[in-house]
Amino acid sequence: MKIFRFFTKQKEFEQEVLSSDIEYSSYYKDSFKRLKKNKVAMFCAVVIVLLILIAIFAPLICPYDPTHQDYAAILSPPSAKHLLGTDEYGRDILSRIIYGTRISLSIGVVAQILASIIGVALGAIAGYFGGIVDTIISRIMEVFAAFPDLIFAMAIMTFMGKGVLNLFVALGLLTWVRTARLIRGSVMQLKEKEYVEASKASGATSFRIIMKHLFPNSLSTIIVLVTLGIPNAIMYEASLSFLGLGVQPPAPSWGNMISAAQPYISYRSLYSVMPGVAIMITVIAFNIFGDGLRDALDPKLRT
Amino acid sequence: MFSYILKRLGQTILVLIGISLVTFILLQVVPGDPVQLMLEKRADPQTIAAVRHELGLDLPLTTQYFNFLKNALHFDFGVSYFSKEPVTAVLLRCFKVTLKLTCLSFIFAVVVGITCGIIAAIKRGTAIDSALMTLAMFGVSAPSFWIAIILQIIFGIKLNILPISGFDTPVAFILPSIALGARYAGDIARITRTSMLDVVKQDYIRTARAKGVKENLIIMKHALKNAMIPIITLVGTELGCMLTGSMLIERVFSVPGIGKLAVDAMTSRDLPLLEGTVVYIAFVFVMVNLIVDISYALFDPRIRYGKGNSK
Repeated sequence: MKIFRFFTKQKEFEQEVLSSDIEYSSYYKDSFKRLKKNKVAMFCAVVIVLLILIAIFAPLICPYDPTHQDYAAILSPPSAKHLLGTDEYGRDILSRIIYGTRISLSIGVVAQILASIIGVALGAIAGYFGGIVDTIISRIMEVFAAFPDLIFAMAIMTFMGKGVLNLFVALGLLTWVRTARLIRGSVMQLKEKEYVEASKASGATSFRIIMKHLFPNSLSTIIVLVTLGIPNAIMYEASLSFLGLGVQPPAPSWGNMISAAQPYISYRSLYSVMPGVAIMITVIAFNIFGDGLRDALDPKLRT
Repeated sequence: MFSYILKRLGQTILVLIGISLVTFILLQVVPGDPVQLMLEKRADPQTIAAVRHELGLDLPLTTQYFNFLKNALHFDFGVSYFSKEPVTAVLLRCFKVTLKLTCLSFIFAVVVGITCGIIAAIKRGTAIDSALMTLAMFGVSAPSFWIAIILQIIFGIKLNILPISGFDTPVAFILPSIALGARYAGDIARITRTSMLDVVKQDYIRTARAKGVKENLIIMKHALKNAMIPIITLVGTELGCMLTGSMLIERVFSVPGIGKLAVDAMTSRDLPLLEGTVVYIAFVFVMVNLIVDISYALFDPRIRYGKGNSK
């Protein structure tokens, strides 16, 4: 009965808040306000949106088909016809860079989603259950973390074969440990809270507690991790493609373009410079936006 | 302290066993029969069976794993499929080159990074600070192999003062070391600045100032020493990353180091060589991290008395 009265009181209070003039502001609304004040981060957000639009509308923006070979214009210098010149097969470099945005962004996003699924699941399980489960998962994380990252990704790519799909898996497997560690820590802290205890006392299952209480409360950490993980994945993709173990030509990727351009640096230096500039813009935009997001969502996370 | 080292050692051994297991499992799922790869398609079934037996590939998987582990402990990874050279010999030869490159880049990254970080912290809020931090951000956000190519274009081709490939002369190591170290120099500069600014706020710095200690002395003796802990942790983890990151740079400058070896082994599917390279690099990486952790405990007594023992 007492509990019932408590709930009605609570409802009344909520009604009061909603009907009054007091501006009711949720956590995410607040964070967004904080984020909007950060001019540099907002600028980077605009850059990211632009990059996403470029990736989606690549076929409309591109002056040429990125794989179309024009043997009459091999390695031509920048001109009105080809703004950044052409590569060793006479393909338009600008078009290839634009299409590269597609590959880089999708690999960054998909790899991070994959890493988050593995990382959040294992991190939450380890943090929530503790004990022997935690020990086993922590040891597995240690082994994964101890593997030199690039070697690990290369080994997976060699064993599973090259291709974009395998690249998703390799990069996902490479980066989940960071997520798992942070989620584990966050869950370990959260599970000591009173509302979790109350939920447990009223007979909620572990799955329900994780999904209802622990997950939403760790969401901001996950968002920040994904945003900051994307540039990381993009960098790995570029490195692997540069080594010839990632995206395979003729599909354009910033990494494999730089690798293809290397023999021609002495007279077509722009060919190798431009894809790198694209990587740098993307990585910087995501990094600064991610930092801004972190400061806005959880000032405590700031290092 | 002793118990902390013992605990870390135990962890390291577990991790090493895990690494060997993962490598072994990965080698089992590799598509294509290694023997067929080695003998090419012409070999008849009898020869294949004989070679299989010779390599111990017909034994049960658990036995194979223990054999692999036993050999790995002796640093014996067999003979390369293609060059027929013992893998360990090749590894050691290539590792020497990589180690040289990594050490030079490491020195570059630490010296440049810490100096820039201190300058930025002292000149906080000025144009010098923002210039240095912007530079650091570019260093962190640009792929190392691209920086390498830019350096080649500027110093090798336009100015023509430094060689763009090879590893015979000491001069040839300048560009690769800078290219490999740039990213880490940026990282170190950023953390040095943050850490210095943190420390400068502390009471004992104010006390030192109030006592009239010279500013230079405060920075070098009081602030830097205490700001070192986060820097050392970062520097330690980065040493390992540099060892593997060097493979990208080795590729650009055609330096025959362990990274190039790994890439070659992967593209030619030379399994013993690949196995050896992966285990070897992972081993060095883990050992570097172990040494860093122990030295970290030496620097910061809180690790061994507080966190180290409580868990």
